[in-house]
Order: sequence, then C-alpha cells, then structure tokens
Amino acid sequence: MVERPAEERVRDFAEVDLGITPEDAVAEAARCLQCKKALCVGGCPVGIDIPRFLLAIAEERFDDARASIMESNLLPAVCGRVCPQESQCEGACILGKKGRAINIGALERFAADAVGEEQAQAAPATPTGRRVAVVGSGPAGLTAAAELARRGHAVTLYESLHEPGGVLVYGIPEFRLPKAIVRAEIERVLALGVDLRTNMLVGTSVTVDELLEFDAVFIATGAGLPSFMGIPGEETNGVYSANEFLTRVNLMRADRFPGTGTPVKRGSRVVVTGAGNVAMDAARVARRLGARVTLVYRRREEDFPARRDEVRHAREEGIEFVTCATPVRIHGEPSVTGVECVQMEMCDLDESGRPQPREIEGSSFMIDADTVIQAIGTSPNPLLVRLLRGAATGRKGNLVVDEDGRTTLPRVYAGGDIATGAATVILAMGAGKRAAAAIDADLAAAGPSLFPR
Amino acid sequence: MARHARAGQFLIIRVDEGGERIPLTISAVDGETVRVIFMTVGATTHRLAELGPGDTVRDVSGPLGRPSELSSNETCVVVGGGVGIASCPIIARALKAKGCCVIGVIGARNADLLILEDEMREACDELHVTTDNGSKGRHGFAADVLKELVEREAIDRVWIIGPAIMMKVTSEVTRPKGIPTLVSLNPIMVDGTGMCGSCRVVVDGQTRFACVDGPEFDAHAVDFDRLMQRQRIYLEEEREALEHHHATHCGCESGAPHG
Repeated sequence: MVERPAEERVRDFAEVDLGITPEDAVAEAARCLQCKKALCVGGCPVGIDIPRFLLAIAEERFDDARASIMESNLLPAVCGRVCPQESQCEGACILGKKGRAINIGALERFAADAVGEEQAQAAPATPTGRRVAVVGSGPAGLTAAAELARRGHAVTLYESLHEPGGVLVYGIPEFRLPKAIVRAEIERVLALGVDLRTNMLVGTSVTVDELLEFDAVFIATGAGLPSFMGIPGEETNGVYSANEFLTRVNLMRADRFPGTGTPVKRGSRVVVTGAGNVAMDAARVARRLGARVTLVYRRREEDFPARRDEVRHAREEGIEFVTCATPVRIHGEPSVTGVECVQMEMCDLDESGRPQPREIEGSSFMIDADTVIQAIGTSPNPLLVRLLRGAATGRKGNLVVDEDGRTTLPRVYAGGDIATGAATVILAMGAGKRAAAAIDADLAAAGPSLFPR
Repeated sequence: MARHARAGQFLIIRVDEGGERIPLTISAVDGETVRVIFMTVGATTHRLAELGPGDTVRDVSGPLGRPSELSSNETCVVVGGGVGIASCPIIARALKAKGCCVIGVIGARNADLLILEDEMREACDELHVTTDNGSKGRHGFAADVLKELVEREAIDRVWIIGPAIMMKVTSEVTRPKGIPTLVSLNPIMVDGTGMCGSCRVVVDGQTRFACVDGPEFDAHAVDFDRLMQRQRIYLEEEREALEHHHATHCGCESGAPHG
C-alpha cells in the first residue's frame, strides 16, 4: 500500500492510502495458499469467499474478483478501506502464523476500485409483495436494505440527515474514506430498487405507528449519542464532541467555509481526549485545518483502542500523544484557554486486559488549548428506542436482539451499533445481513395471513 | 410533515447544496402546508429571503423536537418577543382547542417589527401589544404587561418565546409566584437529531440537548447566560459568511456588508 508523505497529506483532505498497483496486487494475491478450510473467511463478519476473489486477482480476472466479493458484500470499496482486517480476515490468515498474512484489505479495495465500468446487475428478484422499512442508512441499514431488495422485498430506507451513509459520511473523514466512493457504493444499493427517503427522522417525521404498518422493520439508527466527560468547563465555547466536529467537517464541509455555509473553529491548539479511531480521525482533521494537536489518553499507548495504522498515521502527521493523563477541568471564559489534566498511574488489569488508571494526587498540569474535542465514545441513539414501547433495552441503552437481530417486539429487528453499542462498520454490516436473512425467512414462514390489514 | 407537526416543534432547512442546516420553529400548519417565519440576519437567511414564490429549498427535515406540553382548561399567557412571536399562534390555538383561556402578549422593538398581530388577536381571548419605542401599542416591554397580568389574576402557565435575553428577563416575572413557565430555546444546532451536542444547554444544572430534549424547557431552571454565550460562538464566522454571501451571491456590486 502506497501512502502519501505526511507533510503533503496534512495540507489537504485527499486520501492518505493510494492503494496498490495491479502488478503488486496480482503478486500479493498469488501468495494465497487457497486453503480448503480458509480461516480468513471465518474471520470475515460478512463471510466473503476470500480465496475465490484472491484467485481471480492472481489470474487477473479483476471483474470476477469484484463480483465474487459483492455476492457477500455490497460495499467493498468501503470495507477495503475501513475494516480492521488485522483482527479479522488477515488476523486469521494461516500465512500470518509464520510470516506475513496476505494483505486482504488492500486487495479487496483494489478489486473494488479496479473495475471502472458498472457491471450488469443480477436480474431483479420476483417481488414478494412484502414491505420492509429500514431505519438508518449507515452500514447496517444499507446492507440490510440491499439484502432485502435482492430477495424481492419492497424496501423503504429512512435517513434523518440530508445524505445517506450514516457514519460513513458524517463520521469517517474524506482522507480515510472518500465520499465519492461512499456515494458510488450507495448508488449501487439504491439501484436494487431501494426507496431512499432522506430528511426523515423516524419517531417524528414518521411515527412509530406508521412504521409498524410495514410487514417488518429493521432498526439501524446507530450509536450517535455523544458522551461528554462531565468535567467542569465543558459548556465553554470551543468544546466539541467528536461527532459535532467531524459532522461539521465531513458532512457539512466546514473546511471549505465560507464557500460552504457551516463554520467550524479551526483552532490553533487543539486537545483531543480519547484514543479510539474516532479520536484519531478528529485529531487528524484538526491537524488538516491547521492546528497543533495534542491527544490525551488516560492509559498507555499500547492500550489505545484505535487501529495501529491509524495511530501511526496520526503520529506521522505530527499529533502529539500525552498518555497516562486525563482532563479534569477546561479553563477559559467564554472561550477555552487550556485543559487541566492530571497524571494517572496504571493499576491492576481489568477484564479487558488493560490496566485500571488511577489519578495521582497533586500531579495536575495544563495544556494550552483554544479548542477541545471529546472523543470518549458514543451510545446508542435513544430517540427511536424510547418510543418503541415494550422493546427490551440493555445497559448501554441498546436494543436487545437475538443472534439474528430479532428485538423483543414482533416484526421489529435491529442491528449495528444500536444493538451492540459503538462498534465497527463491518460488524454492523454483518448484523444487517443476518437480520435481512431472518426477516426474509420469518416473512416466508408467516405466510400471507399473519399481518392482515 | 404537516400532518405530524405539533406546537413547539421545529424544522431544519438547508437552502442549497453546501448550505448550513438551520432550525426554524413551526409557526403554523394549514392543511398540507407548514409555515416558518425567519428574520434576515445571516448568510443563510439572506439566501432564504431571496427565494420567491415557486422556488424550493434543497432540504427540509422535521418536525423535530418535543411538542409543547399543553394543558387543558387553564388560564395561560403566551408571550412573544420579536421574531419569537412567530412561534406563538400555533401554541395559542392548541391551548384554545384544549379549553384554555389564552392571553397573548406580543412585543417588538418597534411597530415595523411587530408580526402576526391579527392572527394572535384571533387566537387569543385577550391580546396585549407592546413596543420598546412606543410606536404601537403600549410603550414598554412584554415583561411589564406580564407583571400586571400575574397580579391581576391567577395564571396557571406561561410560555415565553423570543430572544434569549428577553426570555431571561421576562421569566423573572413569574419566578416569585412559582408559575410554571416554558421557554423555547434557540441554541446553535447542526443535525437537530441529538447526535452532535452543539445545542447543549444547562437546565437545572444538567446538560440537555435542545434538539431532542427540548426545545421547550422550564424557564426557571435554564442557564440563560450560558445559552447566550454559546449563541455567540460563531459571531466572527457569521460575519465572514455574510460578507462572502454579499460578494458572491446577492448581485450587489460593492461586496461590502449591507442590509
């Protein structure tokens, strides 16, 4: 994978990874052992037939490679870019046990990008006469919508924002996932006959009663509720949730303000709290807007929840890491002037295998800042959940579902972050796919008489 | 949208591609039509004001927010200040429909800025008009009238909608008597669906999101100073956007900020 040099890429929002050349792709794919019991497939939440598409690349049948991926995954260009392959397909690759795993992510992306012309779609399925509502057009919703449409159901896909894609458009920055690529993949889903309705907030624009008039409902509203630390000074001007900061730039294109209508504080010194992928995204966006950026995390660097590559990219781009420290107060009135932090000592390991941090008394120190971005996590979006009377909910405010995405309400299914809490794009897609299969099976089993109207 | 819109809710409008999302309170619903009223202050409202009959906006989403919690068979006062008057008729009518006696108070800086007087007169059992400069109705503030009303008779509930400073000052009138008072807050929003926290307000010491927990809150628990401070976050950028708008869109040659 060729990457643009850090000093060049911090000046724009163009993609950091440039992908691999056809020659390298063919050579890399040819290293695949074509295992009979391919462990990589077991590592893929949507079960892509990886050996088959690698063989196609090795034989320079790039169209076939993409077609075989797309039997299991309609968003290959997205997944090739944002999946944590190191802990999934590549992590399971047998070659990785002794040497270097196949770079499956780069090859998936290559196959997705290599085919310029749109291929003929499979013939449309026979209409079943069933209507299914999908709420939320992020990874889970898009996948479920596509899978349901392929099976002949009439799908209405509701999106509260003005653009479909969910976290793919408001959350993940352009330099990691170009929006033109997201749009192209979404177009392909819509081309299956999915009826997309943007600007529709289910719960108010469409009532729950109206929603339940569909034969089945899949809820994929995501984990969009930002958490704040709850420290003094959080209401000060210049304090953002990562969701707000990223939405302003990624969705509303505040980087082009005043050419676009939405402003964002560019900041000259930005402090980001948290060390997950979202924190890295926020830090790198702030860097591209011209700020000096410091990321503060309460544990050690080896405990960062972000992908290794994202941490490396952030470091290369000049993000400073302050580890074993946590903000306790944001100073400044009316606007932020600094963040007071305390040092943390690492205590016993918790159940996640990471050390429990504990404040060291009297260790406080200041970091100058005019902008603070809190990236400490998000919770399931409560809006629709609290209107769904009778649906069981979990500790995080998530909808409780079985393995196939069934909630405790009949005909109502859920998947993705709304069911799991904040997780990954590909896990959400896997959930969308399983739920679509369950909806299809349940509708068929119910026969025509179950839901008379 | 018109079918579901209730008093107290708002819409988010995006005028064109690349435009910002702005929240506007629903002022009236008539059949399949929803009305919003805005004051031309920034780049986006200038763009909106330039549209003529038959023109369209790129996106409208809503209704958003929680509807007003309406009471039945009470004596209520609905106070509107400036462009905040826009939100009053729908609340007054809804209260009337629930058997309330509705007293309206509308105030503006001057007679030219006073809107919806006829509509409010029709919707309310009694209407009082004030202007800051005395050019129409009573010379003074809506708060002065409200003060007399709460002395005159037993008032069960009060709505106050207007600029933050007006809501802050006016809601002080009902505090000593402990009259339940609601204000409709207008912080800066982005998505309007509870996902960004831009619109967070402090109510009773707690952080709440105006877009989904509001926009109406208990006036006596709202930290208005914090609201006003957060409303000023982008003053500089708003000026820049307006200059950019005049330089690129409005066809005026100077490129300088103007009316």
